[in-house]
Amino acid sequence: MIATKPPTYPWRTAKNVALALLAWVIALTFFFPIAWMISSAFKTENQAFATPPVIIFQPIFDNFSLAFAKYGPALKNSLIAAIGSTLLSFLLGLPAAFSMVFYPNSRSRSTLLWVISTKMMPPVGVIVPLYLIFKDLQLLDTIFGLTLMYTTMNLPLVIWMMHSYLSEIPIEILEAARVDGASLQHEFLRIAMPLAAPGIASTALLCIIFAWNEAFFALNLTNVDGAPLSVYISGFKTTQGLFWAGLSAAATLVILPVMAFGWSAQRQLVQGLTMGAVK
Amino acid sequence: MKSKVWIISAGLVSSAAIAALATGAFAQSPVTVTIATVNNSDMKTMESLTNVFEAANPSINLKWNVLPENELRQKVTTDIATGAGSYDVATIGTYEVPIWAKNGWLNSMDALFDRNASIKASYDLADLLTPVRLGLSYNKNLYALPFYAESSMTFYNKAAFAAAKLTMPVKPTWTQIQTFAAKLHKPQNGFFGICLRGLPGWGENMAVFSTMVNTFGGRWFDTNWNATINSPAWNSALTFYVNLQKKYGAPGATGNGFTENLTYMSQNKCGMWIDATVAAGFLKDPRQSKIVDTVGFANAPTGPGTPKGSNWLWSWSLAIPKSSKVSDAAFKFITWATSKEYIALVAKTNGTWASVPPGTRASTYANPEYKKAAGDFAGITLDSINRADPTDATKDPVPYVGVQFVGIPEFQALGTQVGQYVAGALAGQYSVSQALKLGQTAAEKVAKEGGYKK
Repeated sequence: MIATKPPTYPWRTAKNVALALLAWVIALTFFFPIAWMISSAFKTENQAFATPPVIIFQPIFDNFSLAFAKYGPALKNSLIAAIGSTLLSFLLGLPAAFSMVFYPNSRSRSTLLWVISTKMMPPVGVIVPLYLIFKDLQLLDTIFGLTLMYTTMNLPLVIWMMHSYLSEIPIEILEAARVDGASLQHEFLRIAMPLAAPGIASTALLCIIFAWNEAFFALNLTNVDGAPLSVYISGFKTTQGLFWAGLSAAATLVILPVMAFGWSAQRQLVQGLTMGAVK
Repeated sequence: MKSKVWIISAGLVSSAAIAALATGAFAQSPVTVTIATVNNSDMKTMESLTNVFEAANPSINLKWNVLPENELRQKVTTDIATGAGSYDVATIGTYEVPIWAKNGWLNSMDALFDRNASIKASYDLADLLTPVRLGLSYNKNLYALPFYAESSMTFYNKAAFAAAKLTMPVKPTWTQIQTFAAKLHKPQNGFFGICLRGLPGWGENMAVFSTMVNTFGGRWFDTNWNATINSPAWNSALTFYVNLQKKYGAPGATGNGFTENLTYMSQNKCGMWIDATVAAGFLKDPRQSKIVDTVGFANAPTGPGTPKGSNWLWSWSLAIPKSSKVSDAAFKFITWATSKEYIALVAKTNGTWASVPPGTRASTYANPEYKKAAGDFAGITLDSINRADPTDATKDPVPYVGVQFVGIPEFQALGTQVGQYVAGALAGQYSVSQALKLGQTAAEKVAKEGGYKK
């Protein structure tokens, strides 16, 4: 047996290092505004506004104690609106996508296009009639109204994304199940849903993020009782006096739940997305 | 068949979920007064005193909707125009009150005072400063109560003035201001001669620039609603403004509004600043300002045309929309929040009279404790407010009311548009004459399309 040195490829190592460096640069560039916002939350208003920027400072917590004062009710509303609207969107959107994929009729294609066309109109174009409908139905400033609004906003997304995920399931699997005597209910719940689970997870996350970040409808349709975090955060802006530090503290509190959620679900999500991709 | 049953049951489940959510959402407490307001420090204080009001009035609950200024205007306008009745109290300014009153959107304060005799007896309406009161009236009826009011004045850095051997007169002229700015301007040391608003907007650069136009002898429209933006007075005002800012102003002037200039001034980076009188309190606040001991106060500068209209008049006021279903409870609240007792309560809570809502009541300025705490600037603020006359703010007569604005609904858009041309001239995008020509066209269009010009 002759001992041989493993072959070395210096160009490959250099390429890997360069790629790693590039990844770090991109990641840091994306993270920088968030890091800056979080650091501003611990500054005084003057430090947060100072030019040249203040890098070293004695952190203070006053901004957070102020931001916390009204955080609770808005957080509750945001959670209800985001999770509630996602659940409702799935309740309506999943059966719709399922029927269009596995039981298509001559209008399925055009219905699908019509569904997505509702996303093409700018929200400001429909706000006046919506406002009047909400007013007449006494839905203004209610978290139920906002949840409904977000459901209509996310429903097309659910139908489209689930349509594409479900389309990847070979029809033969369902046919085999039918031969074995599976009912429609079984086909949907026991066959299609487990196979589309990664797709459901990533679509749900997107729906939650969209509903969480939405500000236009929230600002127009809610005031106090139904106001989510996007309305809460807008209250920190002022035309008289400095507000960057206070706003940064509030914004940090607002992104915290989504960041924590994204962080914890990261592995499963990436796994889910890759599974979907190679299927 | 099975599939139909399944679809129907899915439908039923979703309706049940919707109904369950709805029952929870419709519950409301009996007398809740919802207040739409902005995030200014005086309003924050008012919000923090909610429990004091609620303790004295156990049958009334207060709810606050704090919004940025522009969103607040939009939301309250939609709310009132559609009669949705979401707000019982709206925080609005001198510009909106007469216009909204004309539209029939606001409850008349006179009627509410007549209905609530005990409040009328204790409120002391005559104590409100006359110009502020007139600014909130329409057809001799009062439609809002002032929460705090402001005019504009000159702030200057006494240390920089002393170093340059300069003396600021009590009533400076714009020409003097320019001479001072030239001597104070040391950009190499990060110190600028003058800070003025440049950020486009009817309530931003146009607030200060409109007062310059007034005092340079200009006006927006003549008595027949002919636009007069291409007049020599506007030309000399804009030329002066652009030169002053370009030669001796802070960098990035078109991005500087109240907040940015306040920072420059309070951080000892500006020789002079002409802006809202409420800034005096901020510049005297050691938590925000580095020039607490060296800040000086003078009147807003006057120009070569007329001393009239050289300082603006604005008040943040509390009004009750017609759509409110609890106008009496709302009235109880706004009379409390604008009362002498409230002002004293703020002084007691904050531990200083310097931080009380200024500019609304003569009694505040007669109070020895207020004089002691705000002595440097109290007199100038009061004089400036009393001098500002929205019905006589220009050299030549005009068909509109307002010092730094034209009291018509279209002005919000027009003022912002002209503000953009003014900022364009400052940024070098347009020449002065181009900017004025564009402004003239915009103003002519408003006069014609609004049906003002016969």
